Amino acid sequence: MPTSNPIPHFQEELDALKARLLEMGGLAEDRVRTAIEALVRREPGLVIQVLDGDGPINQFHIEIDSRCVKLLALYQPMAVDLRMILSAVKINTDLERVGDLAINIGEAASRYLAHAPVKELVDIPRMADIAQGMLRDALDSFVRRDIELAQRVLDQDDDLDHLKTQVFRDLLAFMLNDPTTIEPSLDLILISRHLERIGDHATNIAEDVIYMVSAKDVRHHAQ
Amino acid sequence: MTTLISALQSRPHPPAGAEQAGRPCKIGVRGMNFYYGAKRALDNINIDIPENLVTAFIGPSGCGKSTFLRTLNRMNDIIAGTRVEGTIEIDGSDIYTGGTDVVALRRRVGMVFQKSNPFPKSIFENIAYGIRLNGLAKSRAELNERVEQSLRHAAIWDEVKDRLQESALAMSGGQQQRLCIARALAVKPEVLLMDEPASALDPIATQRIEELIYQLKTEYTIVIVTHNMQQAARVSDLTAFFWLGRLVEAGPTDKIFTNPAEKLTEDYVTGRFG
Repeated sequence: MPTSNPIPHFQEELDALKARLLEMGGLAEDRVRTAIEALVRREPGLVIQVLDGDGPINQFHIEIDSRCVKLLALYQPMAVDLRMILSAVKINTDLERVGDLAINIGEAASRYLAHAPVKELVDIPRMADIAQGMLRDALDSFVRRDIELAQRVLDQDDDLDHLKTQVFRDLLAFMLNDPTTIEPSLDLILISRHLERIGDHATNIAEDVIYMVSAKDVRHHAQ
Repeated sequence: MTTLISALQSRPHPPAGAEQAGRPCKIGVRGMNFYYGAKRALDNINIDIPENLVTAFIGPSGCGKSTFLRTLNRMNDIIAGTRVEGTIEIDGSDIYTGGTDVVALRRRVGMVFQKSNPFPKSIFENIAYGIRLNGLAKSRAELNERVEQSLRHAAIWDEVKDRLQESALAMSGGQQQRLCIARALAVKPEVLLMDEPASALDPIATQRIEELIYQLKTEYTIVIVTHNMQQAARVSDLTAFFWLGRLVEAGPTDKIFTNPAEKLTEDYVTGRFG
């Protein structure tokens, strides 16, 4: 009779892969949070933490790819296992990019902190909350194999895009009024752009989860 | 009813195998039951096997896949107490009707077995035997030509052309298996049944057999039983999964191995059978 237990050591390897991806996701999310905190609380010390801390994510990136290659080569997985490993390869790349974007945010924050504040930051922290929430939910949906949660992540992407546009409009008004705000405003616009990109990576992960669980490819609105 | 052709036609993403859907059905099986004495070994099998494609049968030991393969050229007839119900049609004609010439059927539907079984004769005679028996060559020159053609088709000509009179039993296992394929091809079959043709071979010989299968499908309808799922995935266009004498699922190979419709199939291809 069929059972739901695959080869035990293969299952252990899959579980380990999932656990490592989650750790990496936690790290990436943490770095985004620190970068935004540095910006909002105007703490250059935190910025330095972000700029110096890319190493562990890059290590994860290499290690997880290597785990996936090994699993594909040694076990030649099929069906749901194959889809899981392919998704892990892609999620790994998305998380590494999120780590890079945290650095980009840190760099922009560092420049921004050299100027007087342009305005009280409202929409950017909101964007950061949404982007981090999307990332967290995307990873939760990966672990729980939860398509509905993954779909909710996809649905939030428009909110982020909308806020990015709003940030741009607000800052445009400041820049037109006072040219001395152009330089710091451009950094805020860049930060909003980076946060929007983090949302896109969370969306990619959610799409991969839907593929992993249901084999449906929903990218680019594919049916 | 699960049919390969209907499964192909319902594919959501046609480009990967759309041309396959238009292939005519070579072997059509309807409501087929098979018995060893009182024991039912195959239960209500319905399947269409399309022409000029490779169809793989997979499933655990004892699931009935080899038994089913052997019903396609009535090889089970030689086992006492076996019985077939339902219909198996090749090109629309039922091969189990009383008037069927079984020898002619086995010429049309050739078979290659797990263990290579060359005759204890020369390489040349192994191929020439069937050609002579079936009166397929009118002259020595034509016989020579057909022997060469068969060996070339089986991708073994270059290795044996200088030693055609040597004993076939002196060849390596992989060569013997390709010789058996050449022997099966010599009588110009339409369908080639292969029962685990590479399971006793090393990886290099296996690769040559798989490459050969890929080349042969342009001219023959090939049905292969294999325990090696990666092999099924590599060589076949369509895969049928058997379990406990039932055909659980049949469809395009890429779908069976990436997104099978049935939980049982998924459990089997992912190794979740305890």
